[in-house]
Amino acid sequence: MKAPASGPKAMATMAAEEPSEGLRKPAARKPNRTAKSNTSSVAKRPAELPKDALLDLYQTMLLVRRAEQRLSALFADGEIPGFIHLSIGQEAVAAGVCQALAAQDSIASTHRGHGHSLAKGVDLEAFFLEIMGKREGICGGRGGSMHVADMAVGMLGANGIVGAGLSLALGSALAHQLRRERRVVAAFFGDGAMAEGLLHECLNLAALWKLPLLFVCENNGWSEFSPTSRQFAGSLEGLAKTFGIPYRRVDGNDVEAVALAATAAVEVARGGGPQALECMTGRVRGHFEGDPQRYRDAEELAQLPKIDPIPRAAARLRALKVSAAALQELSEKVDRRIEAAVARGRQGTLPDFQEALADVYTRPSTSPRAGV
Amino acid sequence: MAETRYVKAITAALADSLASDSRVILFGEDVARPGGPFNATKGLLEQFGPDRVRDTPISEAAIVGAAVGAAMSGLKPVVEIMFMDFTTLAMDALVNQAAKARFMFGGQCSVPMVLRAPHGAGVNAGPQHSQCLEAWFAHIPGLKVVCPATPADAYGLLRSAIDDPDPVIYVEHKALYGTKGEMPEPCPLVPIGQARIARAGTDISIVTYGAMLHTCLGAAEKLAAEGVDAEVIDLRSLQPWDEAAVLASLSRTHRLLLVHEAVEAFGVGAEIAARMADAGFDELDAPIVRVGAPFMPVPFAKSLEAQYVPSEARILEAARRVLA
Ligand SMILES: Cc1ncc(C[n+]2csc(CCOP(=O)(O)OP(=O)(O)O)c2C)c(N)n1
Ligand SMILES: [Mg+2]
Repeated sequence: MKAPASGPKAMATMAAEEPSEGLRKPAARKPNRTAKSNTSSVAKRPAELPKDALLDLYQTMLLVRRAEQRLSALFADGEIPGFIHLSIGQEAVAAGVCQALAAQDSIASTHRGHGHSLAKGVDLEAFFLEIMGKREGICGGRGGSMHVADMAVGMLGANGIVGAGLSLALGSALAHQLRRERRVVAAFFGDGAMAEGLLHECLNLAALWKLPLLFVCENNGWSEFSPTSRQFAGSLEGLAKTFGIPYRRVDGNDVEAVALAATAAVEVARGGGPQALECMTGRVRGHFEGDPQRYRDAEELAQLPKIDPIPRAAARLRALKVSAAALQELSEKVDRRIEAAVARGRQGTLPDFQEALADVYTRPSTSPRAGV
Repeated sequence: MAETRYVKAITAALADSLASDSRVILFGEDVARPGGPFNATKGLLEQFGPDRVRDTPISEAAIVGAAVGAAMSGLKPVVEIMFMDFTTLAMDALVNQAAKARFMFGGQCSVPMVLRAPHGAGVNAGPQHSQCLEAWFAHIPGLKVVCPATPADAYGLLRSAIDDPDPVIYVEHKALYGTKGEMPEPCPLVPIGQARIARAGTDISIVTYGAMLHTCLGAAEKLAAEGVDAEVIDLRSLQPWDEAAVLASLSRTHRLLLVHEAVEAFGVGAEIAARMADAGFDELDAPIVRVGAPFMPVPFAKSLEAQYVPSEARILEAARRVLA
């Protein structure tokens, strides 16, 4: 296939020509015998993106990667309390899907949601402040990594409950539909959530009500310490087919493929009717930071750098005549932004307990005991 | 002033809220075309159309989760869970999502939704269709819980719950649906968190809510015949509950009896008793006594259920203990 003219329209047209689109059978697979990664089940993608769009995606992925690497270091140094779940190696999913969305569209995310947040436009400083537990954080330091949300950019929240974002997205899509807003909601969920009954309920309701909802499965092959093969006997494709929901599967480490498929799906969803997109990717880090991953094969882990979406996108950009110097400059710019955000995070103040206590309800409750 | 049935008061409140606020929508199992399993939503589909009044499949978790998401996105959903027992299937949406969104997102959004759920025994619906689970929800910071006993309160509290910016669990009693009571026209809103003195008295405070109000009023009349002037307080709201009103009543009577249909152990009465044993210690002339259901599932057989639900006789016996 030839390179497209440009713009999201062209992207959509191309992705619509993808063999695995809709309810048709996926294209015959050519399994890659050497790399046994989770992405090897995906057909080769013929489509291409215009240079500027790819550059945007690259920048987003880099921002997410460097932010999470920094979070990892801060966590190790004890500057971040609690749990953090990193999406290193999965950045193409967040970047590709969020690029397909308009500013007024919304997303619901998961416990592994840093990439989704940053790709949807959550302010970097408010993001770091939150995860570092500061009052100036986007959620006042009350949510942390697992609950980053920013209603102003349509980020309905990371979620500590596997699958819970699905029904929030469903309700948000219902609100958009009733107000005739032509807004789309993307619900990110992990492969682990495929075993949750709530997914079944939401697929059914979204299909019955023809909601503008994009189901995005970020299939990284693992849920916690168990591989998907031991968790789920079905397939998202099969589920989608059952509910009459058009389904696409893409190589989730190919940011162009994700963006093209997501753009095509979003365009259809905007007209009404849910869509499903399964992005095959791989989890690089442990389930949470500090997880030594003893349950994983050394061989599987060794394959992951080979399918890293960031060098892949860089290689494509180089082929599109983006200079190494330009990529280097971009990388330094991202690093400077992150260092500034970390510095800001460190300057943040500690949340006030009384302020938090007074904010459980919108209005101070009538009970004199409230808040005790 | 006109006599209205409890269920009709609920329908009227829903209709008035739908009419006055375009953000209000209704959904649940069989609420639209069939008009609701207990007829509480009868006629609303015809009046407000399928966008705003819709039937859902049997998907409690998604129904309530969708209500949370819709509320976060600017609507005011009112959802019905057919029997309170089925809220068990929607617990995550209520407890982890609705209750916490405002707090954990730093006040960025609120969740203005109402969940209507009928509770209570009295219709021989058996162990899985009769429970009073309101204490669970009253235990969750971020949720509000109300439980009207009369048509006027059913109307006034439902309007307030729908207007409220935070999630409210609105508990109805199945056995009350057909009961009648005065409902002023226009019917005033009842503020959440305000109890009502249902019967003024000086000798003992009987604090209750929901269908038990009527049993307690009956018991109070029997006590009157014995020369005891009981005050009956209808809490109406359980979270927040009107501590000031209960304390004021206790300060008048110096004796406190707590009555609810829910299982006595770890119930609403336990919370009130503990608070009054502290804040009201100087006022107490007798131990605080509770009357609730025994620690067992709600039984089916008429004869068993009749013994399970706190009776006038049990309330009288407990009152005499407090008065002794
Ligand atoms: C309802 C629920 N059950 C269990 C957990 C514990 N838990 C957190 S993440 C996780 C695995 C989720 O796997 P997946 O959906 O594939 O997401 P991933 O971690 O791979 O991004 C589990 C079991 C939870 N948070 N919520
Ligand atoms: Mg996974």
